[in-house]
Amino acid sequence: MSEVIDNPTGIGCSVKRKEDYRFLAGVGTYTDDLTLPGQVYACFLRSPHAHARIERIDTAAAAASPGVLAVYTGDDIAAAKVSGLPCGWLITDVSGQPMKEPPHPVLAQGKVRYVGDHVAVVIAETYWQAKDAAELIEVDYDVLPAVVRPGDANQPGAPAVHDSVPDNVCYVWGHGDKAAVERAFAGAAHVTTLEFANNRLIPNAIEPRAAIGQYSRADDSYTLYVANQNPHLERLLLSAFVLALPEHKVRIVAPDVGGGFGSKIFLYAEDVVVAWAAKRLNRPVKWTAERSESFLSDAHGRDHATKAELAMDSEGHFLAMRVTTAANLGAYLSTFASSIPTILYATLLAGQYRTPAIYAEVTGVFTHTAPVDAYRGAGRPEATYVVERLVSTAALELGLDQAEIRRRNFIREFPHATPVGLTYDTGDYEATLAAAMRLADVEGFEARRAEAATRGKRRGLGYSCYIEACGLAPSNVAGALGARAGLFEAGQIRVHPTGSVTVFTGSHSHGQGHETTFAQLVSDRLGIPIENIDVVHGDTGRIPFGMGTYGSRSLAVGGSAIVKALDKIVDKGRKIAAHLLEAADTDIELESGVFKVAGTDKGVPFGQVAFSAYVPHNYPLDKLEPGLEETAFYDPTNFTYPAGSHICEVEVDPETGVVEVVSFVASDDFGNVINPMIVEGQVHGGLAQGIGQALIEQCVYDPESGQLLSGTLTDYALPRADDLPSFVVDTQVTPCTHNPLGVKGCGEAGAIGSPPAVIGAIVDALKDLGVRDLQMPATPQRVWQTIRSAQAA
Amino acid sequence: MAVKLSLNVNGKAVEAEIDPRTLLVQFIREQLHLTGTHVGCDTGQCGACTVHLEGRAVKSCNLLALQAQGAEVVTIEGITPANGELHPMQAAFKESHALQCGFCTPGMVMSAIDLLNRDPHPSEEAVRRGLDGNLCRCTGYQNIVKAVLACAAGEGASHV
Repeated sequence: MSEVIDNPTGIGCSVKRKEDYRFLAGVGTYTDDLTLPGQVYACFLRSPHAHARIERIDTAAAAASPGVLAVYTGDDIAAAKVSGLPCGWLITDVSGQPMKEPPHPVLAQGKVRYVGDHVAVVIAETYWQAKDAAELIEVDYDVLPAVVRPGDANQPGAPAVHDSVPDNVCYVWGHGDKAAVERAFAGAAHVTTLEFANNRLIPNAIEPRAAIGQYSRADDSYTLYVANQNPHLERLLLSAFVLALPEHKVRIVAPDVGGGFGSKIFLYAEDVVVAWAAKRLNRPVKWTAERSESFLSDAHGRDHATKAELAMDSEGHFLAMRVTTAANLGAYLSTFASSIPTILYATLLAGQYRTPAIYAEVTGVFTHTAPVDAYRGAGRPEATYVVERLVSTAALELGLDQAEIRRRNFIREFPHATPVGLTYDTGDYEATLAAAMRLADVEGFEARRAEAATRGKRRGLGYSCYIEACGLAPSNVAGALGARAGLFEAGQIRVHPTGSVTVFTGSHSHGQGHETTFAQLVSDRLGIPIENIDVVHGDTGRIPFGMGTYGSRSLAVGGSAIVKALDKIVDKGRKIAAHLLEAADTDIELESGVFKVAGTDKGVPFGQVAFSAYVPHNYPLDKLEPGLEETAFYDPTNFTYPAGSHICEVEVDPETGVVEVVSFVASDDFGNVINPMIVEGQVHGGLAQGIGQALIEQCVYDPESGQLLSGTLTDYALPRADDLPSFVVDTQVTPCTHNPLGVKGCGEAGAIGSPPAVIGAIVDALKDLGVRDLQMPATPQRVWQTIRSAQAA
Repeated sequence: MAVKLSLNVNGKAVEAEIDPRTLLVQFIREQLHLTGTHVGCDTGQCGACTVHLEGRAVKSCNLLALQAQGAEVVTIEGITPANGELHPMQAAFKESHALQCGFCTPGMVMSAIDLLNRDPHPSEEAVRRGLDGNLCRCTGYQNIVKAVLACAAGEGASHV
């Protein structure tokens, strides 16, 4: 790939990040840092009840409160014909019927359906005035019973979240060959069965969501500044589906965004309200979430209840897998909610293995809880947990070594079509497993276990060999599966007259370092210094189009679009250079920033070609337009399949249940790596979130009242520096075969692979005490109780 | 009801009339427009709002502005050299890739400087314990710890 071997800012170099200065110096611009002239403030009144009928709302006192400009309720939204929030993915039920899509109003209409649901909004001159006035709104609620757990929602007698969906079932979705699976189970020598919950998580990006709506009477246009991962998608949803505005009148700016992890993909009610109210009041309207609002109203993640079975022959070869999952969708369908526990979950159940038959049935249910949608990994951590916990448990039951059972079943030939609809293009699962085992010093483990035992501690090793489908997505495939949008990406390269470059990308960076990685692609290809390259993202007013950043797609799809645009730049540059050098353009090649006549020392530097394009005095004007700017749209032909092996070593104190992660090794195959430093950082962050899920994070709703009990950072355990070990991170490379960079994506791998490795390690540590399985999160209390119950049994 | 506040911020005397409910972080961000200090929570948990008050790291969302009456406050803008260079701790963060989205970063840097001021040569464990009051959701902390240790090794305590 690399044409410039000595380029220190090219592909494969750990270039220090271009974006760091502004963040370190405190001169970044996050949404809440913006203050627009005439800006006023919105405060949302939220439901204190999980389920209630709104009998009466009296806003008079609030409206008369000092500084208040307006108080709006669901009636105002309905009168203004503001539509509800749409869901972007249609899932078809096993009956052949479309999923149930009850309305998702931006302000509650008649009923509230979760604690934190939006009841009214106050807009005032100052933040304090809005907040004070919101407390003056009187609401009479007729409190109704609530249901919060996925396994309870479709039981007889459960209260209905929506009158139009009395059984709370959004869809029952089946995937795979059910009959083949039944046959395989009937003939199996051994079946491993597990039942578990995949614990509900609250994303908690450290920057709370924020939005400022602005309206201009001059040209009847809207600008929405918003902490968001995909501004063009936000524009599409806001303009076409909710406010019925033409797209060219709506500009979305997602400036510096302080982490997303999925939670800032979605169009939220607050975004709509500030944009809509900005026109009504002809003032910019700002809303910034308090952390308690983030807990209540950001889309949550995971929350599955699953029964999973693995059928094997007597030697531990996998014959079939059967999975039944109840997935909590929350009270309303968030933007991609329907696709996460289906398309992004069941399609991954083959893992790294040759399992010939798989069937999954997923029941998506409504509950009186916040909407559940994509959170780092989105469906794939849940699938990996199913596969790897089954495999680890099967090894334990059959008396097989944890590595051996995996090796016996690894896919070793590519391309490989799984029974759940994906075709893996490439991989080398043996390579990542072998590297992880070496780095984890598996050979020395028994000695460490024995040493720990002398101190009364129990050591265990846990394995996880994960796979993910990233690089979302071939638009035609996604469309056939129910996606209501395309999933390509756009890139634009603007070469300026003096040869510096601005890259416009539809991807969005909120921590991933695109301003550096994407600039490396350009530096590598054009042979120009990285200081001469800037990357612009997050503004529909400046970027041609885009689908944004999620699903580890930015480099594989957005980076590929940039490469395609670079191809066009180089093509045109060669023609200009050929003219300047009086040579045939087929003889021109770009080498270290110079267009050269092949086999000669004749050449013109890139900057001179750029200058000629803008000052075309000596230029082939009869054949070529002036200027040097190109745009490309790239639609992938397949998903990418990052994969790897994680090995966790824990030490458990059986007297207290305290688990210490003493070592964590990740060997990952992300295809080609553009910036190893950034990739390593992405893995660290993902591992922290995965280990957080396995050990301490848990969203808890009271099952009776539906109150969110883990609603603050004192009640919800976000990993802190002293909760985590130092990770050992390694990469192995099999380049992706179908995108021009050979890259696969690295953003989610840590969160996907790590939870079953941690739980497997704890089970391994406690297996002699009779412990066979353990639910996440493995808090000291839960570990202690699990030991006690195992011993009692 | 407005009350008078006078204090020193980043070496400059500041006088203002404020609502007595105003938090120190709100005063810094909204009245002084020093937006490098961030609000990540409102319960003193995340540390994104960390500034130095009389030379010690404090969470400015947990203090009323009035509690800084007459005091010296230093924010991330105050430790950043004016010439476009970086404070040694900031430089160590960049060198070690100790930041991703950057939102927790100013608070993390302010805490880390305070940590080294109190313990110029901490162990890894001491750094992890010392940063317990600052949440980062992006980095898994490993490179932050590495940066603080590198700063301690290279520069000694980095006084403000």
